[in-house]
Formats: sequence, structure tokens, C-alpha cells
Amino acid sequence: MTVQPEKLAKFLRLLGRTQDRQERIQLLLDIARRFQPVPPAIASPPYAVQFKVPACESQAYVFPEPNPDGTLTFHFAVENPQGISAMAMAVILGDSLSGAPLEQVATISPDVIYEIFGRELSMGKSMGLAGMVTMVAGFARSRLGPRG
Amino acid sequence: MTDIADRGYAHSDALVSTDWVAQHLDDRTVRLIESNEDPLLYPMRHIPGAVEVDWTRDLNDPVRRDYLQQSDFEHLMSRIGVTPVTTVVFYGDKSNWWATYAYWVFQLFGHTYAKVMDGGRLKWEKEGRPMTTDVPRYPVTDYRARERDDSTIRAFRDRVLAHVEAKGQLVDVRSPEEYSGERLHMPDYPNEGALRGGHIPGAANVPWARAVNAEDGTFKAADQLRAIYQDQVGLDPSEEVIAYCRIGERSSHTWFVLTRLLGFPTVRNYDGSWTEWGNLVNVPVER
Repeated sequence: MTVQPEKLAKFLRLLGRTQDRQERIQLLLDIARRFQPVPPAIASPPYAVQFKVPACESQAYVFPEPNPDGTLTFHFAVENPQGISAMAMAVILGDSLSGAPLEQVATISPDVIYEIFGRELSMGKSMGLAGMVTMVAGFARSRLGPRG
Repeated sequence: MTDIADRGYAHSDALVSTDWVAQHLDDRTVRLIESNEDPLLYPMRHIPGAVEVDWTRDLNDPVRRDYLQQSDFEHLMSRIGVTPVTTVVFYGDKSNWWATYAYWVFQLFGHTYAKVMDGGRLKWEKEGRPMTTDVPRYPVTDYRARERDDSTIRAFRDRVLAHVEAKGQLVDVRSPEEYSGERLHMPDYPNEGALRGGHIPGAANVPWARAVNAEDGTFKAADQLRAIYQDQVGLDPSEEVIAYCRIGERSSHTWFVLTRLLGFPTVRNYDGSWTEWGNLVNVPVER
């Protein structure tokens, strides 16, 4: 059975207790407002295409930063100022997966986006947000190497 | 960008400027409606007085793949305080992609007092105009809608198949990669929704966004649009056109352009689009 990173599991439990749609939206908006783009020391525009999230119309980028303990810290850029959901997703992924065991990060399912945003996402939006998850997991797999 | 009235549109009254909207914020005969792809945008901030119409919760049937029924539409209009003579003005993200989708659905029920704000949310924000987080409440109205008309501006698959066999005009508004079949799904995420890639035979490819100016989301002038749709891909306004994309949202935008801005009299939106056609057994596919 796949084990979710602890911080992500805790966040999803919190979100799961927020059944009211408006409350959940407010929570996600508060999270989106905390978004900070990738520090210039890690990357600056124009960002390299290998860090660009495929199929994300919010022009999101993911940048992995190696930690001394072998884990990764994840930084994000969202070039579309209207990409509020992408910003919220970036904060959630950055907060809950940075420093988490790579084996756990590598196996996160893109379907986690539906636990966060609900099923009422357009296909395009789903693909973009899922792409962010897929890319983060991909960086973890690459870091793990063949044994991963 | 020139004034809307000077751009040569067939029905320039279908479009209003951000200036016009700013002047009508307190006009009780006007209801602003924001429709977005991103569910967090309206709650984040919106034009004062605007209500939200969400494409999944408000416009789609919750169970079957179809739009809302007459009674649901009446309930929606009552809830957002719209009467049969209220002018609804749509705007939203993605250069009004979702706003024109909502506009098109409203036309299925014959609410013709409808307009789109040119440039959508992007232009309003860029101009630094006022926005708010206050969600307005309007007195509930008694709205009686006509039965949904699926015969005039909507196409189902049997009509599309007959149209293909008759060599009718089709416009595929997806990206060139989707049109060619090169892109069926993104890596590691095989959930795009179609088993086959390609396009409906005979369809011309005009990505929907070619109709707008990227810098502010406004629609291009009529002569520029004619150059794209008529001169470049050869669509004949005197003949029927069927537009499609993946689920019918992007093609609503093109439907708006062809009917309202260029005056094509007979354009249908095939909302089954590629998620239906690309999964159908034994229908022709071209790559």
C-alpha cells in the first residue's frame, strides 16, 4: 500500500473535515495568497522549459532543490496571474512534500487534485493541476534513481 | 483596440466594452455574470455586483452528460435575480472562453438579452478597475423559460455524421497537436478522455484563441476574423458550419465569433466533441 507523506495526509484530513464548499474555497484562497514564486537564487525568468508543467495553462513551473539529507525542496512559479488554483496547488505541494521521503513523494497519485479541489474541475484545469503533481513525483523518482 | 462599433462586426451589440460595463454597474436592468474555468477566481475578487455562474454546478446536469433542463434554468435565473428582459453580460477568464460557453447555453433557452464583455476579466483587471469580494444578493425573480431548443445551435453525433457524409463544413478549434492526433494525453496521465486521436474528416483547424488579441483578450476586428475563417480556411458563411473541440466549451467561443461577430447564420456547436467522437466505434477519423 502506498503511504502518503505525513504533511500531505494531515492536510487532506483537515480539508476532508471542511465539507462546506464556501469554507473550502476560502481555505484554498487563503492558501493561494501565501504563494511565493521560486527565489531568484534557484531560478529566474525566463524559466527553462524542462521545468514547465505540461498541459498547465497557468504556465506553472516546478523546481526541485536537493537537500543535504537527500530529499527535495520544491519551488514553483506560476506566470499566469489568474492561475489562482495553480498557486494554491503550488503552496500545498511545496509545504507538504518538501523534505518528505522521496519514496512517498514518487508515488503520489495525480488524483489527489480531486481530494483538494473536488470533482468539479474542467478537464483542462484537471490536467494542469495533475501535471504539477506528476512533475513533482517525477523529480522524486529521478532523484531516487533506478532503485526507485 | 478600436471601439467595438468600428470593428465591422455583424452584431456588434452582442459585445460591450469594459467602459460600458463600468457605466452600468448600478443599472438594475443589467446583470453581470462571471463564468470561469478556475473555481477560485470569482471568490478571490470579481466585478462589483457580478454573480457567478459555474459551468459544472449551474449549467450541467449533475448525472447525465447534458445541460440543465428548463426547470433548472428557470431556477438559476430566479436565483441570480434575472427577469426575461434583464440584459445579462458575461465575462470571465481565458479570454471569455467560459463566458461564451455560458452565453451559448443561455441561448439554448432563448435568453437573447445577452452580451459578452470584450476582453473579459483580464482586461478589466489590467485596467485597474474596481473589484470586490462581496457576493451580491438579488431579489428572487419569477422566470419562465422556454423549453430548451437543441435543434438550432447544437449538434448531436448523428447530425455530425450526416454532415461529414455530406461533406459539410466543420471547424476543429483544438490545438494543432490535438487536431493531428499527436497529443492524446499528457505523459503519465492517460485520462484525457478519448481512445483515438485525430479529427473529424474534413474539419479545418482553427484554434479558438486565434480570434482574440493575446495581450488583452479582446476579439479581433471583423476583417481580421474573416481573413482567418473565410480566406485562410475557406468557411462559407452561406453554408452550415459545425464547430467542436473536446467537450464543447472552446467551440462555444468560436460559435460566438462566427455567429455574432461574423454573422454566419447557421452554426452549431457539437458539444459531444472529441471526447465523444474519439471514443465512438466505427466512425471516420482523420489524422
